[in-house]
Amino acid sequence: MSKGRGERASRSVPVVSFLLELVVYAVFVTVYFLLVLDFLGPGLCRLYQTNKTTYAVVALLLIIAQGVLLELLTSALLRFLERWFNRG
Amino acid sequence: MDFAISGVHIAPAYLAVVGFLVGILGGFFGVGGSFIAGPALFAVGVPMHFVVGTDLAHIVGKSIVAARRHRALGNVDFKLGLIMVIGTIVGVEAGAQIVQYLKRQAKADVVIACGFIVVLVAISLFIGWEGWRTMQMRRSGRGKSGASGRAAGMKSDASVIAFWAIAVHKFNLPPTISLPVSGIERISLWPILAVAVGGGVFSGFLGGGAGYIRMPALVYLLGVPTHLAVGTDLFEIVVSASYGTLTHALKGNVDILIALVMHTGAAVGAQIGATLTEKFHGAAIRLAFAPLPLLGAGLVIYTLLTRH
Repeated sequence: MSKGRGERASRSVPVVSFLLELVVYAVFVTVYFLLVLDFLGPGLCRLYQTNKTTYAVVALLLIIAQGVLLELLTSALLRFLERWFNRG
Repeated sequence: MDFAISGVHIAPAYLAVVGFLVGILGGFFGVGGSFIAGPALFAVGVPMHFVVGTDLAHIVGKSIVAARRHRALGNVDFKLGLIMVIGTIVGVEAGAQIVQYLKRQAKADVVIACGFIVVLVAISLFIGWEGWRTMQMRRSGRGKSGASGRAAGMKSDASVIAFWAIAVHKFNLPPTISLPVSGIERISLWPILAVAVGGGVFSGFLGGGAGYIRMPALVYLLGVPTHLAVGTDLFEIVVSASYGTLTHALKGNVDILIALVMHTGAAVGAQIGATLTEKFHGAAIRLAFAPLPLLGAGLVIYTLLTRH
């Protein structure tokens, strides 16, 4: 009985850590929407209309950079929260 | 939020949620998730040629996340992935040229949407049938010792149609190679390139990484175990979707802002999906995948019927 309760508790830790990660991540993403996209939008639109070759290269670099950065961010967040829970 | 490049107005939260769901599916099934992302973009008014190019761009970012996770889990056959990249790039360019032709004829929306429906329904029915039969075979105890996988180098990954892969392995047209990571002793290069070119054409024509074609083809035709097919497909998608993004962006088919917003949700989803693959065996992954393309097909049909 107590073993079952212990298993349930250990399972709930990753779930809570994941939910916390989502909340922290949502804050990052909202700031990202407001700052980066507002800043990038007009420039990218102008580039799309005037120089497709540069636009294509910039578009690919942007999505690769964001892919790598967000992977690092989400992994770091997950590691941090797991350490935090284990300490608690 | 206004996305001036494609001329549409979409709530960023909608794009992030779609990205999140597609990210989970992509990480779990090793597919780009265009069977959901494409119809979801089409449903909010994004023109079909932008759907194709933008979806490819978003997949680049997302697949980097999932592929790195699968590499850490030992699920990537780099040799197979690099060979397939060559064929896929040829196919992607052919598919992108078809989209350009349809755009000039002003038929892109209807033809691509109909292509989506046919492909998605066919794949869903086929994988559903195969996954269900294989699960039945496993339950009756034949899965571990039967024809499945023994000669095809499929390790413990049973399939009721493993004889397809065995037939492909018997096709010895030179040059032949070995794929030790996938447990394949010898296979002709040509079936690998054929699968890659076919997947590339679908990727360039319908958008996404065409994992819904390539992943089943890797398993059923080449005999690659499902977990390795998922990881290798994702690795291959990173390279081929990058090329697809470039070629479609040059043709004016990519709204990179939409792709960036979608990817914010996909980054988290892809991590969850990739981790979940550890909990299921191959046939269960395939059976769970089966109904998903039908959702995409339903969304495209609904959008086509209600658009005007």
